Amino acid sequence: MVQYNFKKITVVPSGKDFIDIILSRTQRQTPTVVHKGYAISRLRQFYMRKVKFTQQNFHEKLSAIIDEFPRLDDIHPFYGDLLHVLYNKDHYKLALGQINTARNLIGKIAKDYVRLLKYGDSLYRCKCLKVAALGRMCTVIKRIGPSLAYLEQIRQHMARLPSIDPNTRTILICGYPNVGKSSFINKITRADVDVQPYAFTTKSLFVGHTDYKYLRYQVIDTPGILDRPFEDRNIIEMCSITALAHLRAAVLFFLDISGSCGYSIAQQAALFHSIKSLFMNKPLIIVCNKTDLQPFDGLSDEDKKLVMEMKDEAMKTVIGQGGEAINDDGVLLTMSTLTEEGVMAVKNAACERLLNQRVELKMKSKKMNDCLNRFHVAIPKPRDQKERPACIPQAVLEAKAKAVTEKEKRKLEKELESENGGAGVYSANLKKNYILASDEWKEDIMPEIIDGHNVADFIDPDILQRLEELEREEGLRLEHEADDDDFEMDGKELTPEEQEALAEIRKKKSLLIQQHRIKKSTAESRPTVPRKFDKDRKFTSERMGRQLSALGLDPTSAVNRARSRSVSRRGRKRERSLAREDSDVDAMDMDVDQPGKKLRMRSRSRSRSRSRPPGDVTPGEGFKDSAQKVKAMKLAKKSVKNRNKDARRGEADRVIPTLKPKHLFSGKRSIGKTSRR
Amino acid sequence: MRLEKCWFCSSTIYPGHGIQYVRNDAKIFRFCRSKCHKNFKMKRNPRKVKWTKAYRRLHAKDMTQDSTFEFERKRNRPERYDRNLAENTLKAIKKIDKVRVDREARHHALRMKGKKAKEQREATKELEQSIHMVKAPAVLQQEPSLTLPKIKVKVAHQQSEENHPMEE
Repeated sequence: MVQYNFKKITVVPSGKDFIDIILSRTQRQTPTVVHKGYAISRLRQFYMRKVKFTQQNFHEKLSAIIDEFPRLDDIHPFYGDLLHVLYNKDHYKLALGQINTARNLIGKIAKDYVRLLKYGDSLYRCKCLKVAALGRMCTVIKRIGPSLAYLEQIRQHMARLPSIDPNTRTILICGYPNVGKSSFINKITRADVDVQPYAFTTKSLFVGHTDYKYLRYQVIDTPGILDRPFEDRNIIEMCSITALAHLRAAVLFFLDISGSCGYSIAQQAALFHSIKSLFMNKPLIIVCNKTDLQPFDGLSDEDKKLVMEMKDEAMKTVIGQGGEAINDDGVLLTMSTLTEEGVMAVKNAACERLLNQRVELKMKSKKMNDCLNRFHVAIPKPRDQKERPACIPQAVLEAKAKAVTEKEKRKLEKELESENGGAGVYSANLKKNYILASDEWKEDIMPEIIDGHNVADFIDPDILQRLEELEREEGLRLEHEADDDDFEMDGKELTPEEQEALAEIRKKKSLLIQQHRIKKSTAESRPTVPRKFDKDRKFTSERMGRQLSALGLDPTSAVNRARSRSVSRRGRKRERSLAREDSDVDAMDMDVDQPGKKLRMRSRSRSRSRSRPPGDVTPGEGFKDSAQKVKAMKLAKKSVKNRNKDARRGEADRVIPTLKPKHLFSGKRSIGKTSRR
Repeated sequence: MRLEKCWFCSSTIYPGHGIQYVRNDAKIFRFCRSKCHKNFKMKRNPRKVKWTKAYRRLHAKDMTQDSTFEFERKRNRPERYDRNLAENTLKAIKKIDKVRVDREARHHALRMKGKKAKEQREATKELEQSIHMVKAPAVLQQEPSLTLPKIKVKVAHQQSEENHPMEE
């Protein structure tokens, strides 16, 4: 089935555009640079190239136009006639002819000028020749401008023609204007044709598709036809006439029996008789439309007679197709597109008749033999008269019967849902169809988790039994336990005194450990001061006395001895005060020069407090000499000085003592300029 | 819904807690909290990290093998619901738990059995050896009871008892 596709014709440019396109292409795609110093052959070649290129392009484009537009003689006569009706065959052919002529002319021009260019002797001459050639070609195109415009119009219109396949099953609808043809096609197909109360709403052919018995049928809606002599018909009517004439289709002749279209039945009948020659060999059905306004039986006798006459004509076509005696229903039908009664019947009747006709035709043709073997159903020849019906087991038959009744009775979940409030309100009970040992358990909720365990891990059919064993085991074990645990701990408890002592011991030990840890960690970062420089006054006799008494010893003797042994004491050999109690035996080497201040301090009365000059450095402090200590004290004081928060100028703020120092503003330079100082 | 076990510390992961990590070989690691997750990321071996159940089991700090553990086993085939069975199971779980807890307690007691005696022995020994730190041996000879001596110091500055700790 060839689909006539007029949408693929390339756009026909207007004359001016055509020229512009071709010339700009020549400009772009041929070399552009040429100097008069080149060799003459090169110049000639350059310009010849341009001329030829232009001619070739014109030729291509014009050939494309000529080829793509259909030749009216070569296509299906339906389209040929349709195009003739719409565009006038002669004009069409003329236009295309002009294009052809133009093409040839351009070819001739190019040939001539190329020949002339072969003998061009200078750049200027060659250039002039090229300009002339191109100019002449363009003039040719300018002259066929109107044809090009006309062809473009045709192309646009052709692209919008409905794609009618002339060879497939077609149903044609014809009749007076306003009888209801477009309403009918709207009803049976998905076409959306304008339906309006004025005549000639439909101005061209419209195609819809409908299905019948798994086959696709084209339904063609035509504009209304008036009863006029053939020569007086306008283009629109000619469209429908053409369709009638050339398409092998079932024809539905629409009759408006109510007369609301503005034409009486007599007029419609007259039309019918004038175009009945077109209904040759086509299954014809006469459709009486608008029965809602005027029922068929209510027609007057004259009208009925007219209708019967038409029916007879229609019957003739039926008989001509093989003589089957079809009753009235196959030929004369009533319907109303408004109330939709009888619409389907009409469609079915039309499709049926068309199908039958086509099948018959095919049967008669020679091609049938090729298809016949596809239709053959092999039936074994019966060898005797015994009946052998199909064997269906009884159970299957019963099941089938039951299924039928069940299917009717069963209530669907969807119905249940819609009864109870719809999708958002009702949630189906999924537990309804559970298969359990007892139906009471269906709605049970079983816990999944208990006390940090998954219940599913414990489920076991014989869990009770195992539990019993476990408990028995446990019971046994407990008994054994009771026996074993009789021997208790020995009562080697500590008395509270002992506990106190133990606690004290542990405290002392932990203190020692702590001190050791401190000492250990700071030993690397701080110089260990020897004991004789006792800055913290840890090694005093009072302290010793306290510690000794904590242990329970009497410290007095030790303290006295320590005191007598001390340096200050030693230095005062001459003194015979009561303070000296012990007799010192050991004449240790004493540093007699040492005493100095310390001796003086001690010998004086204690009324004066023990203060020292600021820079006085005791050996345990870590300073080298008093100068260093003084410096350190100064630095410490500086760090606690208050900041200058009033934003007054401080030492750190830059000060320019002299604003114009002489050495910068006077004197000559040895090298360079003195333009800036 | 299932309660899972943390891969690192073996505690139960309740819904809404923890992180699951799926490795490229499709092995799933579940962690109860970020502590376990971070330890895992540091590639620590739970068998060497003291506070995990894996360590404790391995080093026999906790009960390893027991018949109560046999009851809780992951079953991959779902059983048809049976109300009686469910009831029995729930009751059984409680009893099994009790038994298990008792056994664990006993295991712990067994482990700690000799501890008191040992402690007492150590205490007496320490007392014996280090008594010299709080009471001078001389004094001990005179007064063999373990009452601690009170501090008697003739201090020139008349310092009160409270200042002791500071200056010592």
